[in-house]
Amino acid sequence: MRRVVSHLLLGLGAAVMLLPFVWMLLTSFRSASAVFAGFGPSAFEGFGNYAHALERAPLLRFMLNGVIVCAGILVVQLLVAIPAAYALAKLPFRGRGVVFGLVLAALCIPIQVPALPLYLGLARAGLLDTYFAMMFPFFLSVFAIFLFRQFFKSFPDEIIQAARLDGAGEFEIVWRFVAPAALPAIAAFSIFSVVAHWNDLYWPLIVITETRLAPPPLGMLYFRDAETGSNYGALMAGATIITAPLVAAFLVARRRFIQGITMTGLK
Amino acid sequence: MSLAIAATAPDAPLLRTGHAFAAPAALLLALIYIVPVAVLVWLSLTDYTLGAVETRFLGLDNFSHALADPVFRRSIVNTFVYVAIVLPAGVLLGLGAALLVHRRIRSRSVWEVIYFLPVTSTLIAMATVWQFLLHPRLGPVREITLALGLGEVAFLSDPALVLPTLAAIGIWQLVGFNMILFLAGLSAIPRDLYEAAALDGAAGGIDRFLRVTWPLLGPTTMFVTVTTSITAFKVFDTVRVLTEGGPAGASEVLLYVIYLEGFQYFRIGYAAALTLIFLAFILAFSILQAAALDRRVHY
Repeated sequence: MRRVVSHLLLGLGAAVMLLPFVWMLLTSFRSASAVFAGFGPSAFEGFGNYAHALERAPLLRFMLNGVIVCAGILVVQLLVAIPAAYALAKLPFRGRGVVFGLVLAALCIPIQVPALPLYLGLARAGLLDTYFAMMFPFFLSVFAIFLFRQFFKSFPDEIIQAARLDGAGEFEIVWRFVAPAALPAIAAFSIFSVVAHWNDLYWPLIVITETRLAPPPLGMLYFRDAETGSNYGALMAGATIITAPLVAAFLVARRRFIQGITMTGLK
Repeated sequence: MSLAIAATAPDAPLLRTGHAFAAPAALLLALIYIVPVAVLVWLSLTDYTLGAVETRFLGLDNFSHALADPVFRRSIVNTFVYVAIVLPAGVLLGLGAALLVHRRIRSRSVWEVIYFLPVTSTLIAMATVWQFLLHPRLGPVREITLALGLGEVAFLSDPALVLPTLAAIGIWQLVGFNMILFLAGLSAIPRDLYEAAALDGAAGGIDRFLRVTWPLLGPTTMFVTVTTSITAFKVFDTVRVLTEGGPAGASEVLLYVIYLEGFQYFRIGYAAALTLIFLAFILAFSILQAAALDRRVHY
């Protein structure tokens, strides 16, 4: 009896969770005349709406932009954060306390705070409407430094010492021994980073005005404004295309995704 | 032993490596956080506008102007109304879902996937779908409101309904996230505590929940509460996509007003002052979080 009730409640919640996804898919396969047929049956329209959406807006270009921006951000984030986290965890250097204190302080500062001065600086440098402008504020992830430092701290000093005695340099120690041992944390952070930046609207909205540079959310905004009130089938097909990559990746790597995105809460 | 010596007497090459490894991060820290925040503070004291010929020093005028500005005050009220809806509903529904899912053994992963789906999906795209769903004349939700005798409901264009509607979409997006955090908290509660409680005479699910689950979930609940508050406080995407602050300013929230002042009207000085007020709120939330975590350590 109890089981039935809890399944019933969960099912009800799940219906609300899934409603927009079901509606999006349903409409994307309907002809314009059947779009308002509610949840009732209607003729299968095939991929006509998808073809129309791809024709009306450079959706694939938006996705390519998303891939470029997310990849660029992630690579630099890892290249900067891993050595810095190792230095903070294992290397004694002057100013270590200050740097770590600043990292902790920066953890509380969302992008909307430095956005104005960053925008003015990029404008003065003539860098607005570039991939660089979209990526620059995120090259440093203080969260990555904080997280990796926690992991690196528990790496055994004996192994580092032994490697040093064997003649390994610090560079080699970081990338050959310490970072691979923290691979689960690095993977989780990577998912967190890609999801965050694939879905980010605020910053691209500010620095990008050219359609051809728009990442998926901004592209969706342009597409929506162009299609308003006219073609819901194509709009839903576009939304499906934009949402599909992350949802597909999520369904494939379920555990890692959940772990990566909620990591902030599990540390 | 030799390790201890190595730690107290670092040799010069190691020191240099430390600096070299931390240097790129320190440089970016300066360029992305320190210098911009300093510039922001300076801008907030001026009447700087993009393209203006000259800039005057205003002192704290921007701040006193903000406190008297009806648009800004309304945006603060709107933001807090939004938080006041999203926070309790987001936390309680997340907790409820976690309690139900936690006891399911075989179907657990299916529920997790379904509830987590909105967290990973692109909010801008899904907001567009919600707009269609809620459309007073074209959307399928119309069938429900008509069946309930409510008639056509203009969810996004009725000033009284727009914030609750945006909040509902916000809740839809973050319940799965909160559920996962609560699930982690629940699996950290040792089984034998429930047995001990049963021996102590705790009968029934509600008794067990009040005596064991709820107190032990304290730190998780605190954490979820603060993250949910911060997320809700930063609401922007759905407002930009669905209402642009309307109707008649009924959904103008803090970040949206800052965005308009700074990046649409280019009143940079004023926007900088508003940004600092925004930062003050965020820092207050963070301090609350740190204090809460500190207090819970003694559990």
